[in-house]
Amino acid sequence: MSLRVLVGVKRVVDYAVKVRVRPDHKWVVTDGVKHSMNPFDEIAVEEAVRLKEKKIVSEIVAVSCGPPQSQETLRTALAMGADKAIHVEVPAKDAELLSPIHVAGIIAKIAKDEKIDLVILGKQAIDDDSNQTGQMVAGLLNWPQATFASEIVQADGGLKVTREIDGGLEVIQVKLPAVITTDLRLNQPRYATLPNIMKAKKKPIDKKSPADLGVDTKPRLEVVSVDEPPVRQAGAKVANVEELVQKLKEAGRI
Amino acid sequence: MGSWMILQRVSRSIRQGNLQQRMFSRKSAHSECRTVLAIPSDAAIHERPPLQNAFLQQRHSSSSSRASSEFHIGPVTQLSPEEEAMRDIARKFALEKVAPLVRSMDEASAIDKSILRGLFENGFMGVEIEPEYGGTGSSFFVANLVIEELAKVDPSVSVCCDVQNTLINSLFRRYGTAEQKKKYLPRLATDMFGSFCLSESESGSDAFALKTAAVKVENDYIISGSKMWITNAEHAGVFLVFANAKPVDGYKGITCFIVDRDTPGLTVGKKEDKLGIRASSTCPVHFDQVRIPAGNILGEFGKGYKYAIELLNEGRIGIGSQMLGLAQGCFDYSVGYVMERKQFGKRIWDFQAMKHQIADVAMKIQAARLLIYNAARLKESGGNVVKDAAMAKLYSSEVATYTTSRCVEWLGGMGFSKESPVEKFYRDCKIGTIYEGTSNIQLNTIAKCIEDEMGSGKSK
Repeated sequence: MSLRVLVGVKRVVDYAVKVRVRPDHKWVVTDGVKHSMNPFDEIAVEEAVRLKEKKIVSEIVAVSCGPPQSQETLRTALAMGADKAIHVEVPAKDAELLSPIHVAGIIAKIAKDEKIDLVILGKQAIDDDSNQTGQMVAGLLNWPQATFASEIVQADGGLKVTREIDGGLEVIQVKLPAVITTDLRLNQPRYATLPNIMKAKKKPIDKKSPADLGVDTKPRLEVVSVDEPPVRQAGAKVANVEELVQKLKEAGRI
Repeated sequence: MGSWMILQRVSRSIRQGNLQQRMFSRKSAHSECRTVLAIPSDAAIHERPPLQNAFLQQRHSSSSSRASSEFHIGPVTQLSPEEEAMRDIARKFALEKVAPLVRSMDEASAIDKSILRGLFENGFMGVEIEPEYGGTGSSFFVANLVIEELAKVDPSVSVCCDVQNTLINSLFRRYGTAEQKKKYLPRLATDMFGSFCLSESESGSDAFALKTAAVKVENDYIISGSKMWITNAEHAGVFLVFANAKPVDGYKGITCFIVDRDTPGLTVGKKEDKLGIRASSTCPVHFDQVRIPAGNILGEFGKGYKYAIELLNEGRIGIGSQMLGLAQGCFDYSVGYVMERKQFGKRIWDFQAMKHQIADVAMKIQAARLLIYNAARLKESGGNVVKDAAMAKLYSSEVATYTTSRCVEWLGGMGFSKESPVEKFYRDCKIGTIYEGTSNIQLNTIAKCIEDEMGSGKSK
């Protein structure tokens, strides 16, 4: 097989950062906050690179939609082993209003233009946790989808994908072209080594706008309010079971 | 800096939006022309945010190689996206791979093989080595960022990386013949440690009183003597040995020889049982009639003393980075603890006496960082770093000593116990005021520079 793969890489607030709600309650504070590649997307890039090492894949195209800084995320993907990158630039102010349907439209269009055989995306981004983009891309392209993948192997002219589902694993066979979304246990992403970071500088990044791709990114959803989770109330200590039962009765729990 | 500087940017490759910067120093009032520069590297400018790039591109679009008169001077702590990406990888490696092994490696007095391998696999051991030799092809500044990040977690692993990058690789890159480079650089970048053999039992600070001798016999040299305190000696595949090949010329007889580990007569002695950086190997290396061809001279005959001074002058910045990372790593851990530990019903952080001490240490660490980063950028831009490097190394090693001592106190009993990493940082920092020039030697160097400046009418 000699597949052309598209991987989606989203620039998100780093997983180790303790996020704070923005004063206008429309999103979290992102200014001056460390960002990095969405961890599920790192798994997607890693899987594509491994498939390339197994000669199943011939070329990896990394795609990111977002502000100018998304280029840094694309450089990381290139350093990990992607061959080229497409940056669909959306100004920072508009980027936070992008929703899965917009990004899915962009990815579907690029998949067609680039003659892609396989789209690998993270199952969700750790910022908005939508878990919709992969499914929508499959819907827009009318391709089979294999979500929450924890293993991908070549089989019968297509791919055999193990999915993590409630209570166990499901193995499905998909024909190509197809869309796969990655789960946590699919692989352990490699580090972008220093020499590869240098080499990535020479790899091409194409810049496009949603308009170039004919995708309308007008917001369809409105964020009403973003709030901190309620603060957990302090508990109380009880001396023994009797006291516990009595307190529960008083609270009307039993 | 002593002279007025005009910093001009030349756009060399407009099509790609690549902006290189060129710097010109204008003659000062004393009619001297110096090239002392302390500004972000080419890379920092090159990697500026795309919007700014686009703007500049437009400005330059009418000329392909004309200089503009625009200034750009950023803060010395500003990193290019590429520098940041590299620092992040070193940080990730340190936290994910090194941190779980720090205590066991200290106890075993040995760096775990997986870490030694990881240092090579991630490109940390050949940061400046050119890609054609399998290295990263990055900068001295990035090497320092890597040294700093490793030291935040384990200063032993850090020094291992420091010596390779700032001494061994630099010596080969600068003075090696094409053949020597082809033979050694690819291995130094991927799987072989090198050791820098200068100190002897009777010549430490007085380095050029060294007694190791090289006697010419036919077309070979026979080296005899013993070297002490040799970092990485346990694992080294190659030794750069400073030996006097013409004692009648005094220090001008000192020559640098390349000696492979398996050369008959070379033996690596027992590892030193040290106070700190215990995992890093430090051994004596003995040379008993070690015969090597004259072609193994690195650079020129009789220039060894010069190379050693030059490399150690810059190498000090690396040690400074190690001490900076050590101080920061110790500080970060300790402040986290202080903000959680409760006494008298409140966090010990909430006592003003604690806050003031912590603020004071934070300021000292930041001052050390500015000295180090500036010295590293200065070196990269080709300026004379002797004074700045000595100041940076001296100050950060003192800050490391001060920081770790305070941290032990902030943690109380925990700081005194091996349960916390602070106890180890406290031991590890002591070497900083000793190796690659003791504090007194740094002060001598700084004083010498002041004397020269005064004598020639220069001033800062």
